[in-house]
Amino acid sequence: MTNVPDQTTRPVFRAEGVTRVYRTGAVEVHALRGVDLTLNEGQMVVLLGASGSGKSTLLNILGALDTPTEGRVYFRDRDLTRATDRQLTAFRRDHVGFVFQFYNLVPSLTARENIALVTEIARNPMTPEEALERAGLPHRMDHFPAELSGGEQQRVAIARAIAKRPEVLLCDEPTGALDSKTGVQVLEALAQVNADLGTATVLITHNADIQRIAERVIVLADGRVVRDEVNTERIAPSEVSW
Amino acid sequence: MVRALDRKLLRDLRRIWAQTLAIALVLGCGVMLLVAANATQRTLVQSKQTYYERHAFADIFAPVTRAPVSVLDALATIDGVSRVEGRIAFHAVLDIEGMVEPAVARVVSLPGDPARMLNRPLLRHGRMPDPDAADEVLVNEAFGRAHGLEPGARFDGIIGGQLRALTVAGWALSPEFIYTVGPGELLPDERRSGVLWMNERAAASAQNMDGAVNDITLTLTRDADPRAVKAALDAMLAPYGGTGAHDRTRQISHSFISGELQQLAALATYLPPIFMLVSAFLVNMVLTRLIALERTQIGLMKAVGYTTAEIAAHYLKLAGLIGVVGVVLGGIVGWWLTDGMLFIYQEFFGFPFLIRDSGAGPMALAAVLGLATAILGAARAVWASVRLKPAEAMSPPAPPRFSRGIADRAFAWLAFRQTTMMILRSIIRWPGRAAITLFGVSASVAVLVSSYFMFDALEVMTESVFTQSNRQHLTLTLAQSAPEIAVSDALTLPGVLQAEGGYGVPVRLIHGHRDRLSALQGHFPGATLHRLVDDDSRPVTLPPQGLVLPEMLARDLGASPGDMLAVELMSPPREVLDLPLIAVIAQGLGQEAHIAAPALFEAMRMAPRVTHIHLLADPAQMDALYAEVKRTPALAGLSDWAEVRRQFDATVSENLLTMVAIYTIIGVLIAVGVIYNAARIQLSERSYELASLRVLGFSRAQVGYVLVGEMMLLTMLAIPLGWVVGTWFAEGMTEALSTDTVYIPFAISRRTYAMAAVAVFLAALASVLVVRRRLDRMDLAMALKARE
Repeated sequence: MTNVPDQTTRPVFRAEGVTRVYRTGAVEVHALRGVDLTLNEGQMVVLLGASGSGKSTLLNILGALDTPTEGRVYFRDRDLTRATDRQLTAFRRDHVGFVFQFYNLVPSLTARENIALVTEIARNPMTPEEALERAGLPHRMDHFPAELSGGEQQRVAIARAIAKRPEVLLCDEPTGALDSKTGVQVLEALAQVNADLGTATVLITHNADIQRIAERVIVLADGRVVRDEVNTERIAPSEVSW
Repeated sequence: MVRALDRKLLRDLRRIWAQTLAIALVLGCGVMLLVAANATQRTLVQSKQTYYERHAFADIFAPVTRAPVSVLDALATIDGVSRVEGRIAFHAVLDIEGMVEPAVARVVSLPGDPARMLNRPLLRHGRMPDPDAADEVLVNEAFGRAHGLEPGARFDGIIGGQLRALTVAGWALSPEFIYTVGPGELLPDERRSGVLWMNERAAASAQNMDGAVNDITLTLTRDADPRAVKAALDAMLAPYGGTGAHDRTRQISHSFISGELQQLAALATYLPPIFMLVSAFLVNMVLTRLIALERTQIGLMKAVGYTTAEIAAHYLKLAGLIGVVGVVLGGIVGWWLTDGMLFIYQEFFGFPFLIRDSGAGPMALAAVLGLATAILGAARAVWASVRLKPAEAMSPPAPPRFSRGIADRAFAWLAFRQTTMMILRSIIRWPGRAAITLFGVSASVAVLVSSYFMFDALEVMTESVFTQSNRQHLTLTLAQSAPEIAVSDALTLPGVLQAEGGYGVPVRLIHGHRDRLSALQGHFPGATLHRLVDDDSRPVTLPPQGLVLPEMLARDLGASPGDMLAVELMSPPREVLDLPLIAVIAQGLGQEAHIAAPALFEAMRMAPRVTHIHLLADPAQMDALYAEVKRTPALAGLSDWAEVRRQFDATVSENLLTMVAIYTIIGVLIAVGVIYNAARIQLSERSYELASLRVLGFSRAQVGYVLVGEMMLLTMLAIPLGWVVGTWFAEGMTEALSTDTVYIPFAISRRTYAMAAVAVFLAALASVLVVRRRLDRMDLAMALKARE
């Protein structure tokens, strides 16, 4: 591994001195303490770190689900920290796909409908069928989430995230709730999307093994970036196990 | 194509169908009442208006003793008068075959050309009387039908002091007699009181009125000033014994119908808002919970790029759909109820036609109000949640902060069981929801109290009218006042045990610049049969001198005890007496002035006379008494109090059960809607807690106690509150429903409070037990896993 980020592609995200403080009553929690970071187009990045290290907070801020207390976040040349709520909504709608640990599917909608939820408001979406095909789940389109296994649900969530052809895919522990075999299928789906569509992908995990599929690994601890390396010996997701 | 979000909406709605229905029923009740009361009212108003116009119902009525026909031309020149008509009108006692007791009829003369007359009767059956046949009459349809008096049938009547045989020519309806209630009676009785139309010539010769009239009616031009016309009429008719011109408001049929219409309007105004308010709270309660459950889904929708407005609209649509269900249900039932109500009103009024209101107006109003109710109810819940940042929404809500307060220390000191502690804590920690439940259930109790109270009011009226005020069997109304000796004569009638006289005279009471037409009743000392009683059914002892007035009349005149009133007698000797107002009594029933008879006759400088004779008779000899009365020419009418009572009770009890059932269903629906929803939300929020209790070894009954106990505790707290609110409502309703002719006394019995409490308690218990059954079916493993 080397310490130099890839400079051949253009940056998608640029974070400068991002700090996030949560206040609950008298208690202040410093989730992020001045994070500087640049993410490039098409990159597959793994965010590693222990519980409470600030991974999810960083991901949420990059995805405009949350705003930093201090610092700046740029998507391409747009300053997200100065955007209005309406602009942030449009940003999420047009540019970002999310995948969550607990899938967050709408239980009252079928797989196809969960994806349609996004394709109906996206600018240039693929069809729900194509998205499910890409996520490796073409046969269970009309099933409700409760009728799908965890891995299947996560693949529906991935299909939902990629259906809008986002420039960035943000995944918060997508395999966290899955067993090894199912987790690998999900990782394969993500890698495939990254390869096929060139979507920059940020993947949070606290499973150290998974970092080996990434192009770049960023390690957070106590709200700071403690390591940022390019992985020169990438392996295929099918070689991962835990 | 249905959008994914809308699909979610429909599926959510299907999932919470029972709660939706419970809310929709409450909202539907409000819509139903709004639609039914409004549509019925509009239909009756339109029908009445058209009926009045088509049949030239007069605007002003001026009874006189005897006026020459020539005076009519002079009256027609009064500014503002459109058409004037004079006629001969009087009361007659009838002897109808198959009827032991006598009937009383209002007889009205028919002019030569009935097609052009004012207050034109509408022929319904048979033909108009032959102008040359002196004995032919039209009878009002209800009376003809009640006695089977087909055209050609004959009956006897005392007409102008003579017993005459009359022949029925046909049946008719008239705008003047839509509601026909006999003199001194409370409800129409188509058997015992009727209307006869008789040829003018026959009526004139019977009453010795050739070339004269005793009843003048007229219509006004569009821009007329009724007050000025009445004043001019009074001045011109005074020499002819005018007893005071009055407008439609004092016309019995019109004022009664107006009273009914006013009551319908009050119904449409006061009740629906209660239902709508409760529905709004219920929508708020249910949506708050639903949104709490869907917190992460809201976060997700935000994450994938739905705007706050889109998400808010999604939930508002859900509320809107609940509203639509309520509006549609209420609208359909309301439409059907309108037909039912119109059917009942038709039984009383017998309009010749009904111009059915399309109901579109009330329906549109109800739809707007119903939807607004649901959406306003949802607004707060939606607003609170859509403001969350997506990241915040997707993480579970912070656990509620518990701390020990004064209440906890009190509970600990009382050493309640832990399950009881759970109930009490839940109420204290979520006071908003407890307050909504409390409010809703108390509204339910209040609606019942203010509905059932009508029966108490009726009972008070019955007690006052029949038991305290009128203890006589019969009241004979004399055609003309007679010397007091007539009372002794009445004692000689068969079976009469006791006889008492009464003297009534039409008067105009004047105080300063205010004046009112009324009647002055002279009460003879020592009277025990017919007594003056106040609202509490206490007999009023009249002062030896001066007037006693009911509160409302005194207020209208701006007079208080000590003031001098000018009392203009509207019948001979037609003088103005100056009498002091001595006392004001609380009396809603009847708006007449009272005085001790000796004081009245002293002021009038004449020997005592009577206009009424009240009789107590031996029930075994009633038939003989009736037979004699039917042949007594000096009588203008009679009231058979036992019969009035029987009729009154029959009418009331006929409607009582239906009314109680309808009010109860409407009233308890609120409690059902509130308790069912509150219990479902409880169950949903506490399923983890309750499942844990089961796992710890608590029995189903013990766990059920937590759920049922909280709801029933709130119900018990709500009941007294509902009593208080219901009492206010009832008080407001007595004011809204009382009219010039119908007075609703304010009285609520313990039975009413008890019935309202029991009905609501049972409804609440049934609702919470339905929810409790879900607790029995709860999958313990699932419930424990499904931590929010």
